[in-house]
Amino acid sequence: MHSYDIALLLAFFAIVLLPAPWLGRFYYNVMEGQRTWLTPVLGPVERACYRLAGVSPGHEQGWRHYALALLAFNLAGFVLLFGVLLLQGHLPLNPQHLPGQEWSLALNTAVSFVTNTNWQAYSGEASVSYLSQMLGLTVQNFVSAATGLAVLVALCRGIARRTSATLGNFWVDLTRATLYGLLPLCLVLALLLVWQGVPQTFTDYVHALTLQGAEQVIPLGPAASQIAIKQLGTNGGGFFGVNSAHPFENPTALSNLLEVGAIILIPVALVFTFGHYVKDLRQSRAILACMLALFLIGGATALWSEHQPNLALQSSQVQQTAPLEGKESRFGVTGSVLWTATTTAASNGSVNAMHDSLNPLTGMVAMINMMVGEVIFGGVGAGLYGMLLFVLIAVFLAGLMIGRTPEYLGKKLQAREVQLLVATLLVMPVGVLVLGAIAASLPGPAAAISNPGPHGFSQLLYAYTSGAANNGSAFAGFGANTVFHNLMIALAMLIGRFGYILPVLALAGSLAAKRSAAQGLNSFPTHGPLFTGLLLLTILLVGGLTFLPTLALGPVAEHLSQVY
Amino acid sequence: MNAYLRPALSLVLLMTLLTGALYPLAVTGIAQLVFPTQANGSLVRDEQGQVRGSALIAQAFTGDAWFHSRPSAGAYATVASAASNLSPGNPALAERVKGDAAQLYQAQLGPVPLALLTTSGSGLDPHLPPEAVAYQIPRVAAARNLPPARLQGLLEQATLHPLIGPPVVNVLALNQALARLSD
Repeated sequence: MHSYDIALLLAFFAIVLLPAPWLGRFYYNVMEGQRTWLTPVLGPVERACYRLAGVSPGHEQGWRHYALALLAFNLAGFVLLFGVLLLQGHLPLNPQHLPGQEWSLALNTAVSFVTNTNWQAYSGEASVSYLSQMLGLTVQNFVSAATGLAVLVALCRGIARRTSATLGNFWVDLTRATLYGLLPLCLVLALLLVWQGVPQTFTDYVHALTLQGAEQVIPLGPAASQIAIKQLGTNGGGFFGVNSAHPFENPTALSNLLEVGAIILIPVALVFTFGHYVKDLRQSRAILACMLALFLIGGATALWSEHQPNLALQSSQVQQTAPLEGKESRFGVTGSVLWTATTTAASNGSVNAMHDSLNPLTGMVAMINMMVGEVIFGGVGAGLYGMLLFVLIAVFLAGLMIGRTPEYLGKKLQAREVQLLVATLLVMPVGVLVLGAIAASLPGPAAAISNPGPHGFSQLLYAYTSGAANNGSAFAGFGANTVFHNLMIALAMLIGRFGYILPVLALAGSLAAKRSAAQGLNSFPTHGPLFTGLLLLTILLVGGLTFLPTLALGPVAEHLSQVY
Repeated sequence: MNAYLRPALSLVLLMTLLTGALYPLAVTGIAQLVFPTQANGSLVRDEQGQVRGSALIAQAFTGDAWFHSRPSAGAYATVASAASNLSPGNPALAERVKGDAAQLYQAQLGPVPLALLTTSGSGLDPHLPPEAVAYQIPRVAAARNLPPARLQGLLEQATLHPLIGPPVVNVLALNQALARLSD
């Protein structure tokens, strides 16, 4: 570790933690319809949206109506994006004359962006037109993140409200999340990125004559605006094929810090938003402590692992330093590992180094971050509602231990709530283990792996984990662009997204309807180190243990075969 | 049903207009005004105005007289960019790295820096760590008939020291400086 490595880590924690209490309060004000300093500018736009869409903002919805509105909106977005990708060859703003995507790829891409996964079975600069990038992908980057935020505040309201039949209005939550919650931050980040060297233009690709006289095509495009929301909205779908490893997508050490910080800026702030909903910021601190602890355990393991030289390259002629295959010089090892840990903890899925070439245990940390269900900060909204499910499970387990009806912040957890919680626990095992096992056992689909030995199995495991966790990063040597994997991973993404959203909304509706019991001396306190520890163990045991055998077959076997 | 259909369709279209059209147009407008060079790809032009590349995109340099870029898995292809995606234990990686090392190895300089033997994530890494440039100085100095000390000076001038990242050298900028030195 050099001084610049330590400076990078300190700067990273400063830019994500320091603004969080203020930003968390801002998101509370925004989602509760209160006036903010942006209202004079965005208020008229907001009201115009409601008028044109025929929405009465004061009208609240019960959980079923809220869920139906969400599904209708996501379906409409899917149809539009699918259509644009299929037909981009006949649409304008396509200076490279790129043809429409093949149907299974277009379906996979559309599902991927609608579910906030941003799994990419294509290379942006070679197969997606400017129009598709802007009107298709960028839009879903915004609204899929806004959808996650809407579901989170619905759950927050469910916990905070008493004997309420409604959870808010989905149309209003979605509009306010996009307009106030995402657009202004993206505008600022996009301009900072252009300053650092990210292109933002509509002109054609440029033809250059290199110093040695060869021809070079320089791809351009409206990249900065898309990269800003790709990072801030925990989307992760790159403008260019190699994502944030591309020097146009992430040109400098400073742009790297801004982009990696942007991944968890909003998810960290939302933990405080929850505290404002339940009028108890101690709850936020307990949850944040648990997220930070999990992040630091994984991050430290990955940092240690990735600073070990690759033993397979031992030779007197080769410098024995930390592996550099798949890494960019300007980020170095620490800048790459920080990104890997953050992007997988937060369901972002963008990469600045190729995960396929990471040391086995570094790759394993990336997989574990996803396997626990993307709750270590997690996606915008999605991370915290996932974490709150674990909080409720931990409360339930504590209730069993002390022999009382479990309750969280005055709300009793009864049979219906526990049934819904258990349903969400099945999402990751079904998405990863069932679909992954089908893919691994068929000879055709299993041929998509590109590396020999246990790492080949890891590639397939990573692909289905990434899909079900709505992450989107990959061991990118995996040949995912086949009809089988396009459809199966699309299914994993849908299960991973709506398999959480629907039970979460049902749970929110059920909790909102309950009376709030006074919290007495008998209730188990859900703040403080004891609860943080219990929550951490619950996540590792309930979320992580399921996948231990697959990890043993993949990264653990790979690590052992290298060392011995 | 209409209670969902109209808001869903209108909001998808309105959000498309706001985030898919107005937002990128606003960013483009401001960026072209305030940071025109970066917004257009940080292009490098010669005296005649011919585009010779981008400061951010690696070029293939061959022969003894130039500093070589980081190896590229995609042969420096820009459309589409590519990585090797070789796992650490893949025999193809060890074979390639050791093969290249045997060619580049110079006993008096010690083992070959790993950055000269590994492909980057993008295949377009415009930088090298300073020690990977220094390793090439004897070869370039001999080919150009220049004292190695002058190239060492060139390297020190071209080395960037960001506060939060490793020191790097832009290979294209270094080679341009090298060309000027020879003129």
